[in-house]
Amino acid sequence: MESEIIKIRDFSAGYGQNFVLKNINLSFEKNKVTAIMGPSGCGKSTLIRCINRMHELNLDAIHKGDILFNGKSVFETNPILLRKKIGMVFQRPNPFPTMSIYDNVIAGYRLNGIKLSKKEFDLIVEDSLKKAFLWEEVKDNLHKKGTFLSGGQQQRLCIARAMAVNPDVLLLDEPTSALDPKATAMIEELIVELKKTVTIILVTHNRTQAARVSDFTVFLYLGELIEYGSTETIFTTPKNPKTEEYLIGKFG
Amino acid sequence: MLRDRFFKFGLKLAGGLIALLIFSIFVSLVIASIPSIKEFGLSFVFGKEWNPVEEHFSALPFIIGTLLTSVLALAISLPFSLAIAFFSGEFSKKGLISSLIAYATDLLAGIPSVIYGFWGLFFLVPLIRKLELSFNIPPYGVGIFTASLVLSIMIIPYASSMARDVIALVPSDLKEAGFALGSTRLEVIKKVIFPYSVSGIFAGLLLAFGRAIGETMAVTMVIGNANRIPHSLFEPANTLASVIANEFTEATSDIHLSSLIYLGLILFIITFFINYIGNMIIERMSVNGRS
Amino acid sequence: MGEVKLRILKDRIFTFIIYLLTFLSVIPLFAILFSLVKKGLGVINLNFFITLPKPPPDAGGILNALVGTFLLVLIASIVSIPIGIVAGLFLVETRNRFANMLRVLINVLQGLPSIVIGIIAYLWVVKPMGGFSALSGGIALGIMMLPMVVKSTEETIKLIPYTLREASYALGADYFTTIFKVVLPAGISGILNGILLGIARIAGETAPLLFTAFGNPYLNFNPAKPVDSLPLLIFNYAMSPYERWQNAAWGASFVLIAFVLLINIGVKLGGRRWRVKL
Repeated sequence: MESEIIKIRDFSAGYGQNFVLKNINLSFEKNKVTAIMGPSGCGKSTLIRCINRMHELNLDAIHKGDILFNGKSVFETNPILLRKKIGMVFQRPNPFPTMSIYDNVIAGYRLNGIKLSKKEFDLIVEDSLKKAFLWEEVKDNLHKKGTFLSGGQQQRLCIARAMAVNPDVLLLDEPTSALDPKATAMIEELIVELKKTVTIILVTHNRTQAARVSDFTVFLYLGELIEYGSTETIFTTPKNPKTEEYLIGKFG
Repeated sequence: MLRDRFFKFGLKLAGGLIALLIFSIFVSLVIASIPSIKEFGLSFVFGKEWNPVEEHFSALPFIIGTLLTSVLALAISLPFSLAIAFFSGEFSKKGLISSLIAYATDLLAGIPSVIYGFWGLFFLVPLIRKLELSFNIPPYGVGIFTASLVLSIMIIPYASSMARDVIALVPSDLKEAGFALGSTRLEVIKKVIFPYSVSGIFAGLLLAFGRAIGETMAVTMVIGNANRIPHSLFEPANTLASVIANEFTEATSDIHLSSLIYLGLILFIITFFINYIGNMIIERMSVNGRS
Repeated sequence: MGEVKLRILKDRIFTFIIYLLTFLSVIPLFAILFSLVKKGLGVINLNFFITLPKPPPDAGGILNALVGTFLLVLIASIVSIPIGIVAGLFLVETRNRFANMLRVLINVLQGLPSIVIGIIAYLWVVKPMGGFSALSGGIALGIMMLPMVVKSTEETIKLIPYTLREASYALGADYFTTIFKVVLPAGISGILNGILLGIARIAGETAPLLFTAFGNPYLNFNPAKPVDSLPLLIFNYAMSPYERWQNAAWGASFVLIAFVLLINIGVKLGGRRWRVKL
């Protein structure tokens, strides 16, 4: 079972007294794209925020059960080290407004006080931007502010920023929900390309997006895991009637 | 992480220090007033005489002077403040004229107190003197009325910007509902905006009043500095703040200095409560306005 | 129909009164600016800035006051800016009763009469040090500036989107780094504007300096000795019986107003130009 990079075991999480996620058991395959879908409020975002321990930033966050990353509990791993291995991209593009494109890409190094030579940084910037399909568009403007880019470019910059620290896993939290169709298509292409280097967990409310880019699909409903399997199986022959209802658009 | 814990502690510390600062201001004033409190007690507040030569001190002349100048200033400024607030909050929200008015009131608010006093001394005082001559009143020029006039100019930008902010909190669908029923703007202001924002406008005026009470330099320069209870608005007088400004460095005896600080303590208590009440009303309004 | 006409007429009259009162209330501004330009501009030349006061009937220049004001503003900034920014952050980060109370207290502090702050600086600094000093004046001005720094920090940081912090945390940065390398830089222009407006305000304060900085006709850079300041000089010269001194007071007023207005205008224009695009 070496191919399972993240294992979620009897895991529940929520806020205050309420569990938003209930008793989830799930594994994510290495170098695959796994889509998590479900109607809004089903706990998709909470789930991936637990994987890199961002959920705990809420003061009243609660959880029980365990999440294993490379066989080790994430809750026994220093969150700072954990987040360097598990990158994240958010719904809205959020490049740091005070930093140039160049500095945004290496922000993971700068913010953690890691000093490399100019040459090494140059290489990382070029490599990461190339991985994010952004290099050609920005290579002459590396020292302009990232916020002057278009929304789609900004989101790819955020992907480059996450990729620059060489993570094993990339969490994408509805990365195209704020983008136009053209920019969305580009990100989707990028996701397929990126799985060569990283494991991708993609939260999406867009059913066809899950079908287009993912290898595996997880369907969550009201905090419970309804169905999990290869994307093809889920979309062609779902076992659970709820999954089918969701896929044909009966709710959410 | 350790650094984060230190930093979060530092944040709390800074917050606590500021609370402590305000508390210590009060305590220091009380301690430094103790000689005077011991000597004159509470009758200090109601006594009529302030006589540094005989070392007999009491605050009533200055309390009366302060209240007269501030109330009069507020009364003079009220129509102007409300007019500006309605003008920029309702009549002309955008455009060249309203931004010019906003600029002008910002600048009025930015002029230092000492320049208001200076201008009052050389421009208003001669004017008032002529006025007094024509009414057969002793032509001091300086006095309560002159001070009120200068003060009213000074608090207009403050009161109007507070009132404008409150008016801006009135939900626009309420106003539109009023217009949709065929009301004129005057009627919308009277029946919708004013009832909705009256407590906020009151708070704004209260805070402006607090400003007027504590204003020192401009008043000191045009009020004439007389330590007696005024019998007319055109007589020279003193306010709590202006007598402190005038006599603090010249106070020779400890009891004189302590009495001046006692006046400062009274000023602190008055303005503390005015500001506290005013800010609570506004805090509550803006919370309600948001939710 | 008559009733409607009456209503419209009333509305017109009301509108006219609002316009009239609004325009009347900006007249004093122009009257003051006119006086300053008319009486002040003539006094101003290079010598006015680079010489010291002379005994009457001469007036001399205002170099002592310029240096003093600079020194006072510098001390006030050192006193108020660091703690003000940290306290502002505290208000953004904390949601409890103490934070709410502190917010009101800070408004109360801002509303305290400046003369009371002067008394406090006298009790806390002048008395223990045994004499008037730039330090005591700077501390008084710093206490006055503090609420402005706190409020501008709070208002600016509140507007920085939370997603920026998330991005920083997701890269493994800790809270300290996130605040200092991501949040504060994004809000720097707003905080700076607040600081500048605070400086413009305290640079014109007189009352808290009367018995702290005290005034000094000689050049002084020593924080432990009395210094002059522009508003103090204006006050003393304005109340003097010598015409040349009064004229110098007009000149100094013009300089002070120009300084205050330049900061105000600079903040308005610069605020737009330098604001970090989020």
